[in-house]
Amino acid sequence: MTLAMLGEAWRAMGANRLRTFLTMLGMVIGVGAVVLMMSIGQGAQYAIKQSIAAMGSNLFVLLSGHTTSGGARSGSGGAHTLTVNDAEAIAELPGVQAVAPIHPGSAQVIYGPNNWNTAVIGTTPAYLDARSWVLTAGAPFTDSDVRSATRVALIGVTAAQNLFGEESPFGKTIRIRQSPFVIVGVLGAKGQGMDGRDQDDTIIIPLTTAQRQVFGSQFPGSVRMMMVQTTTQEIMPTVEKSMIELLRQRHRIREGLDNDFFLRNLTAAADSAAESTRIMSLLLGAIASVSLLVGGIGIMNIMLVSVTERTREIGIRMAIGARERDILAQFLLEAIIISVVGCLIGLLLGIGGALLVEALTGTPVIISLGSVVVAFGVAAAVGIFFGYYPAQKAAQLDPIEALRYQ
Amino acid sequence: MSDSVIRIEGLHKSYETSAGLFPVLKDVGLQIDAGEFVAIMGPSGSGKSTFMNILGCLDEPTTGRYELNGRDVAALDRDELAGLRNRTIGFVFQGFNLLPRMSLEDNVALPLIYCGVERDERRQRARDLLARVGLEQYFESMPNKISGGQQQRVAIARALVNQPRLILADEPTGNLDSKTGEEIMALFDSLNREGITIVLITHEADIAHHAHRQVHFLDGRIVSDMEKAA
Repeated sequence: MTLAMLGEAWRAMGANRLRTFLTMLGMVIGVGAVVLMMSIGQGAQYAIKQSIAAMGSNLFVLLSGHTTSGGARSGSGGAHTLTVNDAEAIAELPGVQAVAPIHPGSAQVIYGPNNWNTAVIGTTPAYLDARSWVLTAGAPFTDSDVRSATRVALIGVTAAQNLFGEESPFGKTIRIRQSPFVIVGVLGAKGQGMDGRDQDDTIIIPLTTAQRQVFGSQFPGSVRMMMVQTTTQEIMPTVEKSMIELLRQRHRIREGLDNDFFLRNLTAAADSAAESTRIMSLLLGAIASVSLLVGGIGIMNIMLVSVTERTREIGIRMAIGARERDILAQFLLEAIIISVVGCLIGLLLGIGGALLVEALTGTPVIISLGSVVVAFGVAAAVGIFFGYYPAQKAAQLDPIEALRYQ
Repeated sequence: MSDSVIRIEGLHKSYETSAGLFPVLKDVGLQIDAGEFVAIMGPSGSGKSTFMNILGCLDEPTTGRYELNGRDVAALDRDELAGLRNRTIGFVFQGFNLLPRMSLEDNVALPLIYCGVERDERRQRARDLLARVGLEQYFESMPNKISGGQQQRVAIARALVNQPRLILADEPTGNLDSKTGEEIMALFDSLNREGITIVLITHEADIAHHAHRQVHFLDGRIVSDMEKAA
């Protein structure tokens, strides 16, 4: 029964190949566009997520306040209001996973005949956790290194390349501002950061070593900034509030006076970037869906023409015993076959197009099973939805009228 | 009464037109028993085609009673009427009405699809009937490759494929030359000899001559109903 009907649908479609093909084309383009757009959109989202993950998730940056001297204001971090003790106190707050005080700077670094100016970050081992930074060789320095201000360093791949070329930097001694440092670990590649800077062009050393031996600090125990990581993203607003409260209390800031520090939510900025990509890909998907809709209307149009053309055939079928549902099924089946076959071709073209975009532009694309399933489901639904009305119209024809139709 | 195939009483049919109700059939009564061969005659516009459509369950009377094999047709829904057309009645049309894109075999087997017969049996029965009407070399041919007389044979095979006990033929020889028409009529004769009831519309006396009973329509009424002298 069903096989016989499939055969008949196939024959009817084959009788007018060009028309069937053109009708199908609407679905092909619609589904192809949806799959292509969704793949590109998801690829973009993935790229954003990657860079957020590279930066580290659930992060606050805490900067010390500014000073004013002779009318010139120093900018954030200019005052020495934050201390290592603040960091230790913040680490005690509920919801805080890691706190890393940071002394940032840059210095000329020398290895053998090579020298290179790179970012030198003085911090604690917690920094690597907060930024979810892994090592490809060696091990991170420890809290005891920080306490005793040893001269050890971790090196990023860009800095390593510029100083060592092909040579392995592990265990070698470099000089930072004349002081020798042993490289105890090589940092994994992180690539470009959210602000476009190369995150791998860096050297990480213990905080105390940086303050006492490399950059020097007039205010031992103070830090210009720290990174605070919370356990979850949801808890960030709570932690933000309790951190501000704690610091105001520790710094003895009276009610009504401004904070002497700045707190920034890094994840929020990254999230808004991710959100705008998501909305962009939704928008692309929506635009592509319009072509799917147009394809569906094309199917309805052709099916209506087909019903009119085959009125007499419908009359004959009814005269020899076709029930309403037989006629309905026959025309609905044709519409569904057209949309499903069109959808399959569209899927192939869409996936091919996405791979081509990736190959030509290097933009990452992600073809998820979800988008394929959605496109397929929508196509089948479009076929049924837009095929139903013409099929219904055919099924409800009056047999005598249909038989008389010339 | 027990073996009457068709039983019609007080049947009226009118169509709505812009000028009001237009009566086509007026108080028609007719009884046809199993095994009869009836010719329905009359000039065009006399209502014989409308009558045939009602007999074939394609159209419904405005008022009056129509019993087919003892069942009141008015009580049936569209699907049940389709079932009657499929299994109880075989249609033969003036214009053959074969589906152009199907082979003869598929055309003959088509009614069987609508009552769920399996493919192998459909093919077997279609081939048997095509052979019976003398078209055994043409199973795979398309309708437009054969002559009108052959097409009408295919249509008769299609009408017979579900083994109906009643064949309704609306001017089956109207599009054929007289020699071919005679051949078709000979086929009807032999079917009737097997006990199949045949009702046939024609306006040709030669054709009507094959029937055992002639019913004449004029202006929507039956004006004469004669048994042919044996």
